[in-house]
Amino acid sequence: MKDKLDFLVAGVGGQGTVLASDILAEVGAAAGYDVKKSDVLGLAVRGGSVLSHVRWGREVASPVGRRGTMDYLVAFEPLEALRGAEYLSSEGVALLDDQTVPPVSVSSGTASYPSWDEIRAVLGRAARQVFVVGAAAEARRLGVARAGNVVLLGAFSALLEIPLSVWEDVVRARVPAKYAEANLNAFRAGRGLMRKGNR
Amino acid sequence: MNRRLLSGNEAIARGAYEAGVEVATGYPGTPSSEILETLAARYGDEVYAEWSANEKVALDAAAGAAYAGRRTLVTTKQVGMNVLADSLMYLVYTGLEAGVVLVTADDPGMFSSQNEQDNRWYARLAKLPILEPADSQEAKDYVSLAMDLSERFDTPVLVRTTMRVSHSKSLVRCAEPQRPTREPGPFPRNQQKYVCTAMWAKLRHPVVEQRLRDLAAYAEGCPANRAEMRARRLGIVASGVTYAYVREVFPEASVFKLGMSYPLPAAALRAFAGDVDRLVVAEELDPFLEEQLRALGLTVTGKELFPPCGELLPGDLLEFAAQGGLLAAEDVPRPQVSVPAGLPSRIPVLCPGCPHRSTYYHLSRMKMPVAGDIGCYNLGCLPPFNAQHTMGCMGASIGVLHGMSIAGTPEKAVATIGDSTFFHSGLAPLANMVHNRSRGVVILMDNATTAMTGHQDHPGTDWALHGRGAARVELEPLVRALGVDNVRTVDAFDMHEVKEGLDECLAYDGPSVLITRGPCIHVSKDVRAAYRVDEEACIACGTCFRLGCPAIVKAEAVHPKTGRAKSDIDPTLCVGCDMCRQVCPVGAIHAPEEGEDDR
Repeated sequence: MKDKLDFLVAGVGGQGTVLASDILAEVGAAAGYDVKKSDVLGLAVRGGSVLSHVRWGREVASPVGRRGTMDYLVAFEPLEALRGAEYLSSEGVALLDDQTVPPVSVSSGTASYPSWDEIRAVLGRAARQVFVVGAAAEARRLGVARAGNVVLLGAFSALLEIPLSVWEDVVRARVPAKYAEANLNAFRAGRGLMRKGNR
Repeated sequence: MNRRLLSGNEAIARGAYEAGVEVATGYPGTPSSEILETLAARYGDEVYAEWSANEKVALDAAAGAAYAGRRTLVTTKQVGMNVLADSLMYLVYTGLEAGVVLVTADDPGMFSSQNEQDNRWYARLAKLPILEPADSQEAKDYVSLAMDLSERFDTPVLVRTTMRVSHSKSLVRCAEPQRPTREPGPFPRNQQKYVCTAMWAKLRHPVVEQRLRDLAAYAEGCPANRAEMRARRLGIVASGVTYAYVREVFPEASVFKLGMSYPLPAAALRAFAGDVDRLVVAEELDPFLEEQLRALGLTVTGKELFPPCGELLPGDLLEFAAQGGLLAAEDVPRPQVSVPAGLPSRIPVLCPGCPHRSTYYHLSRMKMPVAGDIGCYNLGCLPPFNAQHTMGCMGASIGVLHGMSIAGTPEKAVATIGDSTFFHSGLAPLANMVHNRSRGVVILMDNATTAMTGHQDHPGTDWALHGRGAARVELEPLVRALGVDNVRTVDAFDMHEVKEGLDECLAYDGPSVLITRGPCIHVSKDVRAAYRVDEEACIACGTCFRLGCPAIVKAEAVHPKTGRAKSDIDPTLCVGCDMCRQVCPVGAIHAPEEGEDDR
């Protein structure tokens, strides 16, 4: 088990970024780490940028990590992945959902969304490895459109050496009981996305 | 006992429960709001938790409950301290019968505030002790410590968090709660203590000064203060979350951790200064510790290194320390990339279905000066409206409008203020307008909740946090009783009615109140089928875009003559509020027909 792992979870308000980063923190605690996390919510919770720092370690001092030092970037939205990329260390790994959520400035035509070429170029420079998956699309296919965050987390779980049962226990404890099975299915489907070599 | 992952605010609520708090009051404000919400949700059977009309009312109520013998907690965001400061000053003089812990959640970085004030100064101004937790465990533990100090020294105690402490989560080991078992006896008739009339307050002031000396003596052995000796080359003094950042960035340095940052343990700090080669104080915002350390005659570096604006996150601390020569430049990690320039930002906008939209749509077109206030409607200052020209603090709008009237501003002017803000601090300035025969329209935007901070109750709602029943104060009879003769209520979702009401109120020679009534979409949950744009009929005039609704998007289709993009509606965002249909000049927007909703 590594001594410390730093994660940056990036998304847009309403995507379940905070729940996902809570689960990630709880998983670290269940795996025996000290954990701290910090969420930065934009002024508008709905539709604003959300950036969560999650830190696992023997003893974690600060709830916030530093630019150029973090191990993983998990992004629910490509534009938000770009905003978080500077936090990755040269050995860092990025995982992002390919579904875009255009800001109002883009949908109303006053700004333009970065191209996939730019997104790939920036993330390619920022990270040692970049994985792109269709988590939101998979969630819609499963009929649980709101569980895109859990699908992506499932995909991410394939990158860490934490037993599946630890993840599943935390997911079950953190979601409403009546949606537990649906969320666990979503989680497993996400893990499957990585196995299929969807990288 | 197992450790739980709690936010600082959840931990404060837990701490209050463990410390035997029975009465908790406050006014909602980011980043403090979750404290009372957690208390009500998890411990509501044993703790009375109330959203008071404003912070001052909250502290006065806490004073009364504490005089009566109940342990109390009061919560506020940093600017709310200014509202309750008057009451804080007397409470320090009177002391109490049961403990009072006052939590201020400051906002370095101004994530959701109008200023970056450092409320540690209130400890010195009001002469009371202040504790600054660094994480959730300390946030919980310090509430118990504060309660203990409050009763031991007969003083309210301030606990100061910042957004990073309140909203970060870390593992907390809980303790057995010390719940009170006694009901309070008769109310004390101790006039010399509890009546701050000058002749008796004069007797209390020396008590306050002696108490401060006693607290300074206590600070030397306070368990929240400690010298952590490591390398002698560098000794850093820090409090609050900055302590955690210092440990992260300078793992080798000796650190004096001040859990209690006023009054200071002078002897212990002098000893620490003597044990290190160089003394540095790392603090966010003002040189609160630095100036006191200098007053002790110590040579210390602080604000020369670390600027007083914004947060002092680990990365910043590292950067400034390297600039100041405390660290080598190569110790600062360099990111592989920087955030690409010109990324589209996600600026906040009024939600789809927001009742405030109609008012700002009209004010924007009418181009008159607007004195604004604190709430979601402050977004009226942003594009596409740009229809708010002043905004300072809670309740300021009506007084500023009055000032425009006194100044003889040649234009007609309005103030915009929400229902919760009006109850908070709008009543006095409105009475003042009436009394002084002012002119202007106060638009009272009644969305039936305190929306921006997370949909809390206020005196105008028929429900309350404590769930023990609530009476609603009606706005119309209230403003009439304040002497406003011209009062008009309109449906905020009816564009025409809002305009008509505005015109009528503006024509009135005197103060008038226009109540734009429509519940916040998150309270009413009145989500209807998404509207459609008839692409053939749309003339790409852009009128609907002036509503600033995130559900209205540019279509791919363009108008053949102008080449301008037509409008479309994002069915996942639209809640069917109908405002865009009402403003469309050619009737191109309509509600879905039966069976047409494909969401």
